[in-house]
Amino acid sequence: MSDTHAQSVAFVRETSLPPVPPPASQAGAVKWMRENLFSNWVNAVLTIGSLYIIAMIVVKSAPWFMNGMWDTPSLAACREILQGKTGACFSVLTERWNQLLFGFKYPSTEYWRPGLAFLLLFIAAAPVMFFKLPRKLLIFTAIYPFLAFWLIWGGTIWTPLIAAFGFVVGYLVYARFMKQSFAAGFFGGIAAAFLTWWLGGMVGEAIAPQETLLEAVNSRDMGGFMLNMLLGVTCVSLSLPLGIVLALGRQSNLPLIKGICVVFIEFIRGVPLITLLFVANVVLAYFLPPGTTFDLILRVIIMITMFSSAYIAEVIRGGLAALPKGQYEAADSLGLDYPQAMRLIILPQALKISIPGIVNIAVGLFKDTTLVSVISMFDLVGMIRGPILASTEWNGVYWELFLFAALLFFIVCYGISQYSQWLERQLATGHR
Amino acid sequence: MTTLTDPPQQGSFRLSMLLSDTRYRSYTFQAIALFVLIVAFAYLGRNLIQNLADAGLNISFGFLGESSGYDINQTLIPYNSQSSNLQAAWVGVINTLLVAFLGCIMATIFGVTAGVLRLSNNWIVSKLMAMYVEMFRNVPVLIWILIIMTIMTAVMPSPRAFKGDDATASMLFGSFAFTNRGIYIPAPIWGPGSMVVVLTFVASVIGVFAYRSYAKKLLFATGRLLPVGWPSLVILFVPTLLMFFIMGRPIGADLPVLGGFNFKGGLQIGAPLIALWFALSIYTGAFIAENVRAGIQAVSKGQTEAAAALGLRPRRIMNLVILPQALRVIIPPLISQYLNLTKNSSLAIAVGYADITATLGGITLNQTGRAIECVLLLMLFYLIISLSISGIMNIYNNSVKLKER
Repeated sequence: MSDTHAQSVAFVRETSLPPVPPPASQAGAVKWMRENLFSNWVNAVLTIGSLYIIAMIVVKSAPWFMNGMWDTPSLAACREILQGKTGACFSVLTERWNQLLFGFKYPSTEYWRPGLAFLLLFIAAAPVMFFKLPRKLLIFTAIYPFLAFWLIWGGTIWTPLIAAFGFVVGYLVYARFMKQSFAAGFFGGIAAAFLTWWLGGMVGEAIAPQETLLEAVNSRDMGGFMLNMLLGVTCVSLSLPLGIVLALGRQSNLPLIKGICVVFIEFIRGVPLITLLFVANVVLAYFLPPGTTFDLILRVIIMITMFSSAYIAEVIRGGLAALPKGQYEAADSLGLDYPQAMRLIILPQALKISIPGIVNIAVGLFKDTTLVSVISMFDLVGMIRGPILASTEWNGVYWELFLFAALLFFIVCYGISQYSQWLERQLATGHR
Repeated sequence: MTTLTDPPQQGSFRLSMLLSDTRYRSYTFQAIALFVLIVAFAYLGRNLIQNLADAGLNISFGFLGESSGYDINQTLIPYNSQSSNLQAAWVGVINTLLVAFLGCIMATIFGVTAGVLRLSNNWIVSKLMAMYVEMFRNVPVLIWILIIMTIMTAVMPSPRAFKGDDATASMLFGSFAFTNRGIYIPAPIWGPGSMVVVLTFVASVIGVFAYRSYAKKLLFATGRLLPVGWPSLVILFVPTLLMFFIMGRPIGADLPVLGGFNFKGGLQIGAPLIALWFALSIYTGAFIAENVRAGIQAVSKGQTEAAAALGLRPRRIMNLVILPQALRVIIPPLISQYLNLTKNSSLAIAVGYADITATLGGITLNQTGRAIECVLLLMLFYLIISLSISGIMNIYNNSVKLKER
């Protein structure tokens, strides 16, 4: 082709031009800024305003961070070194590090125990959180509560062993009778477990050695961030089964059982957690048999568990209601009875839908564990407001401490909520 | 027909059917549940009576009538240390409602602003708003209350700083003073004839609504579009201002003035109230922002496009198409956030604001030792609020429910 025109016209371009880069305003950073920061005058004003705010924050807080002291014995020493300059006194964190994490009464030689329990928590939680891990790991998850109890509270190993043994016996009885009737297996299992604990309690008292491997620590001595973690993890795990039971009860068509569950859930959801903590602190003792002494931490765990189980029940009820009616009818038409239908068809699906909601409740609950400082327990916030700010060395170090507490909670809660979003994407099967 | 199994025969009830027949088994279960419930309550009640008898106490609400013996620094109703415990509880109730009301308004402003701005196409603004939401949602509200209380007490200047020629602090517009004892603002003085002005204003507000509904009726009836924006403003302000001057400026302002070591006059808003109000609203605002964002995103893009295809202008698309649909999604969680805010206001006890938890559940409980009665009344108060708000929410939900089949 080219030879025909080459002779007849003066010039024909035979090669294509090299591509020219787009104009500067249409590419790269400039284009991005035009589109995302300065697309019209309102946006331009907003952008400049935001940049000004960010700059102000950085300029004001940078010297505070840069001049931060990390190893002075008191606030007065910090001020002496700074000599009027702005600067943080982070040494309160380094000096009171153990108090912030473990409270001021936990024996200092035993700090490795809660630390180890905290590390093991990740291994125990991993197979629950990530479904791709080998299922064998769940055995460790089942052992973990007893191990963690023993590590943190210490004392005789027989207490957690007997408790675990009770669960094993209960499960064996349940597995034996479940085939005949779910109710027989379920109630038989519970009865067997209680029988084991009762017998075990007597045997344990008889054989408990005077010398224990781990020194026993009183509940009263728990404190700091450890107490927040302890309350959060325990109450969430305990309230999950309770929440499922309440949700099923509220959906049940037995009017009495439904009524009990509705009243319980609405009552708990209608009052603030603080009033329930007041109940744990000053009222609950009136309802226990005369002479029993219950420690405060256990009473608080009971009340917080009740509190969160009501909220979890509502989330699970949402999951149950969201399941198509066909699932219930299919289970019925297969001839499954109520426990079978729930266990095999309804709950696995309903729980899957409700996981993000449950995680939200868990995050909220973990944040709410700080409220125990109001009934004078020394959790992280209680430690800061009580012993640390009241001490002569550190009276007046507000920002470093509160920001540290905020940061700790932020890391945990933000981590959990990111996990929840990841899980939501993983579980989004179909329905596109 | 012979292949059918025997139909259940009426009237042949056997006792074993209580366990084996699903029609009767539910009664068995409920009877067991009722029995367990009664036993549990009887057990708890017996313990309670026994414990009370041992401690020499009884359940009585007589303490409510006794003199309380403590002072409250922020009250909206008359109260002094000679007043009864019941009056102290009322002060607490009103203070709780006050902070909840103020908090809900402020939280809505924060939340809607942040929620809308988070969807803005301005990168830096949407990232800032995302930061705000994540920062406040993931840190306990108690810590925020304490941080803001610290700002109020440790950062704000003391009234002394306003004194003298070399004052380090000054009042805003000569009438607002931000001190570590709280914020002082001008208080209105109601002179004779001020009632007329107030009534005129109320009448103007009604007039604005009347005008708007008339404009709407006219639009639907004839298609004629009346201006709404500036006439509303005129109706709202002009008669009131006229009346204000006709009556000889009856409403004045009582400015706070520095006297001695503290400010006198004006209206004092205590530091605890400010801290609690601001912390609760900024914390709840972060949650509301997420609800608002979810609500706006729940309206599918097709709705916007369809409205645009009908020729509606952007503002009308927002007002007539997007918002009515988004509000249906936003309002139920919004109301439950209001409820959360009200319940969280019980944290007032941490900063010493005299709400119902601090008066009835705090000082009165500690002074009288009437733990059961106080906690019972406290729970009752919160229950009434929660249940009435959720009742209102149910009515609203039913009224906006999509009418299907």
